[in-house]
Amino acid sequence: MPNQNKPTFFTRIRWYFTGRSSTGERGISMWSQLLSQLFLLLVATTVIYPILWVVSMSFDPRDISRPTELRLNPFQGGLSLKAYQDVIKQPTANPVSLGQLMFNSFRLATITGIASIIVGIFASYAFSRLRFVGREVLMVAVLTVLMLPAIATLPALFVLLNKVQITIGGTVFNLRNSLLGVGLAVLSGSLPFAIWNMKGYLDTIPKELEEAALIDGCTPNSAFLLVTLPLSTPVLAVTFFLGFMSTWTEFATSWLFLTNPKDFTLMMALYNMVGQYSNTTPWSHFAAMSILIALPVTIVYLFVQRYFVGGLAIGGVKG
Amino acid sequence: MATLSKDISPQQPKRAGRKFWRSLNPYLYLLPAFTVMGVITYYPMLYQVWMSFTDYGLKNLRFDAPLPNYVGLTNYINIITNGLGLSYYDFLRELSFNLFWTFSNVIIHVALGILIAVILNRQGLWFKGFYRALYILPIVVPQIIVANIFRNMFDADYGAINQGLAILGKVFFGLGPNVFHIDWINQIDYPVSWIPLTLSYYALLITNVWLGWPFMTIVASGALQSIPKDLYEAARIDGASESQQFWKITLPLIRPAMVPAAVYGIVMTFNLFSLIYFLSGGGPLRQTEILVTTAYRLINEQRLYGVAAAFCVYIFFILLALTLITNAITRATESYDA
Repeated sequence: MPNQNKPTFFTRIRWYFTGRSSTGERGISMWSQLLSQLFLLLVATTVIYPILWVVSMSFDPRDISRPTELRLNPFQGGLSLKAYQDVIKQPTANPVSLGQLMFNSFRLATITGIASIIVGIFASYAFSRLRFVGREVLMVAVLTVLMLPAIATLPALFVLLNKVQITIGGTVFNLRNSLLGVGLAVLSGSLPFAIWNMKGYLDTIPKELEEAALIDGCTPNSAFLLVTLPLSTPVLAVTFFLGFMSTWTEFATSWLFLTNPKDFTLMMALYNMVGQYSNTTPWSHFAAMSILIALPVTIVYLFVQRYFVGGLAIGGVKG
Repeated sequence: MATLSKDISPQQPKRAGRKFWRSLNPYLYLLPAFTVMGVITYYPMLYQVWMSFTDYGLKNLRFDAPLPNYVGLTNYINIITNGLGLSYYDFLRELSFNLFWTFSNVIIHVALGILIAVILNRQGLWFKGFYRALYILPIVVPQIIVANIFRNMFDADYGAINQGLAILGKVFFGLGPNVFHIDWINQIDYPVSWIPLTLSYYALLITNVWLGWPFMTIVASGALQSIPKDLYEAARIDGASESQQFWKITLPLIRPAMVPAAVYGIVMTFNLFSLIYFLSGGGPLRQTEILVTTAYRLINEQRLYGVAAAFCVYIFFILLALTLITNAITRATESYDA
């Protein structure tokens, strides 16, 4: 309070310890402040620990295959980009460059992301605004798929997509063994999520806007296209991004379907660099690869998370 | 194109036709999504039910291969009586581990999430913005990458967990580094002999707690900020202690927000494929295998598509039961409160 006498130094100290101030404002006492800071700092350490570890390993100039001592400061002993250079050239034993892997993952993620919002938005609109016979039944049908993990439909998808095989002049195209097939399998799980996510947002757009458009002479369809659709751009962007991110890091389906190294995705390459296959992979490569995969989506997510993380209801991204 | 003048025209047959088309309109909106889902979602699901009654295997994969044999309920029976020929496979153990895994995780996520949210929302706390910005990291880094990083962090020889523990042990207790040669991923003996959980379970739990609590903190923070401050003021005047205020005001008022988040967490954790597959691989001796990872192994390694299909039908019904039960419980407690 500006017009009150400034509290003396000792009064201030007393407030810190007792948590009380004469102005009626109630802060926390010095002891709780210190204890809280200690606790929150401890939590912060656990959060940052793996990230520091992996970042400093990727920049390690000593070019060692296994870290024999803990190193958490990326600048200790100088930065080196050699791990990144090696990974960009050829991350695994397979003769594919990182560019090719990224291009595959990017294609897969972009196309399934766009397809899920374009195909899904009309159904979302119908579920949100229109009343028709069988609405409840169809909504339950969408929710049922939403509840299922992606793996629960893989046996049939694998078998069915494997049956689609075309021979074009000597080369055999098998839908299962292609990025297109993986995209279809991924879409089968991400489409229900997209429908549900977009429906939730359409529910919050006031109906009156469309009614006003109808009075002004719009048909119901053009009211959707000219009024509601432009207003739902944020949810289209968010749904696209969530779909993009889950497909960008998709592993189970592509690992099961794809056999040709030219079609491999980023996550498949990373799996080859960790765990049982990793005997020959230097960990600096693994670290650089993890960062290269995670960084693009993490940065975008950092900017958009405030718009939806708290409000995410049941459903979520399949992975 | 409909215009107002056409609407009031008295021609009956045309009107009936228009009405018919109007009623068809919603289905036209649904057509694209349900055509696509019909082909790539619902047809495979039905096909999978048929597959589950056959011995569909590698030999039936080819385009012109013969149809698989009908085997009745054999797959279903083999799965629950452990007759699949997989070593160390035990369906009931796996199911109970899956449930225990789910609830142990979600309980810790929610409790830790609320605790940190309450501390973060104290008035006059320093560096709030800093902590908030930092605590978002586990949400925004892709989960599967985190699983990979922790896989190497839990490495017995070169992992950062053992190395960090060794430093702490040396500084605080003067222990040598060999004390902390912990084989997190592969040790078969139970660390606590009377609890049948391997070290890899604890490694998974640590990783998933790292991943899971910030989401709960965000949900709880949002709910905390909507609690009117005068409630606490009134409680203080009436002489309520800090802990009484927490149990009587804070917790009941953030519950409506926490319950859906917890249900979401339960479904996600129950099916947490990527973390388990990458971190422990279900090992050692299938001790940390959950239903979805086993289903994946049946397709990817065993190539028993018919059995895998039956397994997925089980997963479907177990999930359905889980969802219905959690929904019923949350609804029941809601009406109790109101």
